[in-house]
Amino acid sequence: MKGIGVSPGIAIGRAFIIQKKATVATGILLNGPAEIEVAIAQFDKAVTSAVNEVESIKINSPALSDNDFAILETQIELLSDPEIRESVIEKIESEHKNTSDALLETIAGFVQVFESMEDAYMRARAADVQDIGDRILKNLGNSGPANQLAFKPDTIIIAEDLSPSDTIAMDITKVIGFATQAGSQTSHAAIIAKARGIPAIVGCGADLIDIKNDDVIILDAISGEVFINPNQQILDEYLIKRNVYQRRAVELKALHDVPAITTDGMQITLTANISGAGDLVNVFDNGGEGVGLLRTELLYMNRDTFPTEDEQFEFYKNTALQAKGKPVIVRTIDIGGDKHLPYFNLPAELNPFLGYRAIRVCLDRKDLFITQLKAILRASVFGDLKIMFPMISNIQEIRSAKSILEEAKEELRKDGLPFKSGIKVGIMIEIPSAAITADLLAKEVDFFSIGTNDLCQYTLAVDRMNDKISHLYDPFNPAVLRLISFVIEQGAKQNIHVGMCGEMAADPLATLLLMGMGLKEFSMSAASIPAIKSIIINNSELKAKQVWENVKAMDSSEEILEYLKGI
Amino acid sequence: MVTTNLIILAPQGLHARPVTALIRLAKGFKSNISLQKGDKTVKLNSMLNILSLTIKGGETITIIIDGEDETEASAAINHFFTEELKHL
Repeated sequence: MKGIGVSPGIAIGRAFIIQKKATVATGILLNGPAEIEVAIAQFDKAVTSAVNEVESIKINSPALSDNDFAILETQIELLSDPEIRESVIEKIESEHKNTSDALLETIAGFVQVFESMEDAYMRARAADVQDIGDRILKNLGNSGPANQLAFKPDTIIIAEDLSPSDTIAMDITKVIGFATQAGSQTSHAAIIAKARGIPAIVGCGADLIDIKNDDVIILDAISGEVFINPNQQILDEYLIKRNVYQRRAVELKALHDVPAITTDGMQITLTANISGAGDLVNVFDNGGEGVGLLRTELLYMNRDTFPTEDEQFEFYKNTALQAKGKPVIVRTIDIGGDKHLPYFNLPAELNPFLGYRAIRVCLDRKDLFITQLKAILRASVFGDLKIMFPMISNIQEIRSAKSILEEAKEELRKDGLPFKSGIKVGIMIEIPSAAITADLLAKEVDFFSIGTNDLCQYTLAVDRMNDKISHLYDPFNPAVLRLISFVIEQGAKQNIHVGMCGEMAADPLATLLLMGMGLKEFSMSAASIPAIKSIIINNSELKAKQVWENVKAMDSSEEILEYLKGI
Repeated sequence: MVTTNLIILAPQGLHARPVTALIRLAKGFKSNISLQKGDKTVKLNSMLNILSLTIKGGETITIIIDGEDETEASAAINHFFTEELKHL
């Protein structure tokens, strides 16, 4: 049986089935104004005691998370929502429905409104409305507050769906996972499972009915599979899988909240290279603190025309919003070289990597450039965006690019569109001429980001796509290391940030060496972050400096690599 | 009457949690406060009404405040949308 795994992990335990009793309308009508008055008073009293019930859960459950708390607060607001009361009173007064029927109809109406909404999150809110309706109903019947369910250890809950009240009542020390027939990624059950870190599978469908209390259940919330009374072979296999998964999760989690600080207090910023907002969840899961490189090429690929300013704006805006206030460095378009667009005909060149690409195209085709800059600027009010120009080889290019940026700002001002006028501007250092003149270029920008892939290929005159000479492509060549060190040093002297977004930033062999040079910002693919972080927290700045001192005295990358592997 | 246009700076939009905080904030003022999105206007006292507008991140809404403490209410609500919302 398969559903949607909403909170990854593996749970092996015994089933406990939660069933809901549905209340049906009675059809009994009220007789006369006196009964109507009583019915309204009954409703108000039921709402008051329902609110009190939730308040008492808040006070009496010390183990509630922030998230649980927020859910309970929301419940209180929903319970006392004036729209619900208005509708119930209306049904009582003009249709003479009894309190219970009036409430059932009102709730059914609102549930339907939410269920028919387009937005998945809002559709899932139907469950909240149903939940508070059930709570008021229960308080109408004087049946008293629900008993806290007593669970056995290693319980896996099986239910049609779980309401916020059900999930909050769950004793997390005993419940190790759950599976529901209904539900989606955004349903309550899913949110709670994620927040509590227990495996959960929703949307399993009607097959779940076959499960009986105390059946042995395996939940593989990674694949979404549910096994009922599995054979010994599957059970053994999953016992191993579970242990491996748990160990890895513990390791990752242990690192997630640990700041990237050396044993002697040097703080390092670890950010990620991404291609769009969708990559950000993974970045934060791996402990990334922002985006050191947002590639914008994806926006331009797989289409027939250049993206419009509005299309680009949406893309940057989404990324800025999803980054939740963390910095995002947006690299302006890097086309040409090996990256071509079907609708933008660039003549074939003998040396495309030395040719018409990146900022060179942008300064030549100001129309394309200004469209992108305006879109980034407009999105800048939604987060902490910075702009980075690639392939800068001299100071004139920076000045030209900046003056086009000013033009873009001026156009936005004229149109009355909001943007951050003080947006930070930086450049990629990936051409040797830029690295050697880092002291001059630093005066023009707010930050540098070292692109080691191109810097290495240009410094060593090695085409990194050419297999025949790939052995010459070597970021540990002393020439490359000296350039990198010089750029870091000049950045520090001029008080501007220096980061690195090339592959070298993710190479565990290079971490201490780069820290020793004084590099404090590393940007890499999200998956590499934990490994680099564990190197940082287990070493000292002092040792890193020593490593760089030692490497400086070596004359070949063979010797350097040999040494780095040994530390 | 004070009318303000505001951009929703929370990526997930106005979800249950921020709406709860917003309603509670609005309750502290005597003025009539309503929220407008497109051609729909609702009072800022009902969770169900606000949620049913499905207000997403990046969208623009209008807050209309009318009453004796409208200036204070407007300042508080503007602060909610420009600052607090990001942390909810």
